[in-house]
Amino acid sequence: MITSFPKLLGATVVTLKLLSASLFFGLFLGLFFAILRLNKNIFINKFAYGYSYIFRGTPLLVQIFIIYFGLGQIEYLRTTFLWVILKEPYWCAIIAFTLNTGAYTSEILRSAFQTIKPGIIEAGKSLGISSKIIFYKIQIPIAIRQSLPAYGNEIILMMKGTSLASTVTLMDLTGVAKYIISTTFKPIEVFIVAGGIYLFMTFIIHNVIKYLEKKYSFQQ
Amino acid sequence: MELLAFGKTGWGDELFYATLMTIAVSITAMLVGFFFALIFTPLKLSKYKTLNLVGNFYTTVIRGVPELLVIYLFFFGGSGAIMYVASIFGYYEYIEINAFITGSMAIGIISGAYSTEVFRGAIQSIDKGQFEAAKVLGINKFGQFYKIILPQMLRLAIPNLSNVWQITLKDTSLISVTGLVEIMRQSYIAAGSTRDPLFFYSFAAVLYLLLTYVSMKLINKLEVRYSRGY
Repeated sequence: MITSFPKLLGATVVTLKLLSASLFFGLFLGLFFAILRLNKNIFINKFAYGYSYIFRGTPLLVQIFIIYFGLGQIEYLRTTFLWVILKEPYWCAIIAFTLNTGAYTSEILRSAFQTIKPGIIEAGKSLGISSKIIFYKIQIPIAIRQSLPAYGNEIILMMKGTSLASTVTLMDLTGVAKYIISTTFKPIEVFIVAGGIYLFMTFIIHNVIKYLEKKYSFQQ
Repeated sequence: MELLAFGKTGWGDELFYATLMTIAVSITAMLVGFFFALIFTPLKLSKYKTLNLVGNFYTTVIRGVPELLVIYLFFFGGSGAIMYVASIFGYYEYIEINAFITGSMAIGIISGAYSTEVFRGAIQSIDKGQFEAAKVLGINKFGQFYKIILPQMLRLAIPNLSNVWQITLKDTSLISVTGLVEIMRQSYIAAGSTRDPLFFYSFAAVLYLLLTYVSMKLINKLEVRYSRGY
């Protein structure tokens, strides 16, 4: 139990890297698709809806497998520069996680945008603020505040999702835990240590989000 | 398309049975989850601090740890635990548990943690007056719960339970690591033998989309049924 701890802690770094990279790219992707969802053009709207529907309706495991095993099959892709990225399981995992979290984030942000009271936007307009500035200075900050609790859940879900990277040969926390279990046959001890590390991360994320919620609450 | 033919030439029938397996595991896991929720929801709502602690421990740990890790615990630790229990009763032979049972238990425990939260939320949002009115009318505790609280709770819980169902359905794909032949495992086998992973994994994605789509439609009907009178 004690000997496995440093190994698992080392693997936690991989998990955190995967998590932060996919959350970073996923946030932009989510914002992009949330804006598309609010577009009045029905095709753009349907396209964004289709994206989020497909990625939310299929398991993350399928998405990783399609990107890691599936895309390598297309001969053409192998000749382009994309192949440098797609042959690495690390980047494949990040791409899959980004697309997945992007879909959930776009839903969270969309509903946040939609709950903004029209009066606030009208107030901005009547003050003569341009619609671009209304969007960036009024709508986005309010939407971020609104979506914090849901986004916190999404971060935790994504942290758990990174465990699937172990299925494409990446040695993240779950991958190393599985390796130790299968070599030592001590599933319960390893589960306690690895699970403890995950819970600790959940705990920290939970509290950071809580702190941010308080900081950005409307009362201030 | 010939890849999907039924019979010996294609993978159509294999994938069809695999889909049935996914549905079977999801339903079993959901029921196991309800069973756990039935135990842990009262604990979370209990007056006693220790019972609260037990209930909170279950939901926090399971919801904070990756599903895959829980599955590995069951997969590698399950037969060991059963053998340990059996050895107490004087049975020392090797016992192997079926992948279906391990898988549905693991996913069921995860699903149960989410269901517990849903039930707790639904019960808490029922007006206190309902409990009091039932008490005043002299209905016993059993009747209070089954005739008054449960029907109202179900209406509130169904939208969130449909989310739990979606999560459970998607989580079953993770059981493929234990070798149970459901959609994901079958696609893996087919992709390996035909060297066409793109097609089979995309097809798996379509199957999952179909399952989520159909189940959403069914749940919406259920929702309408339980919202009669509102």
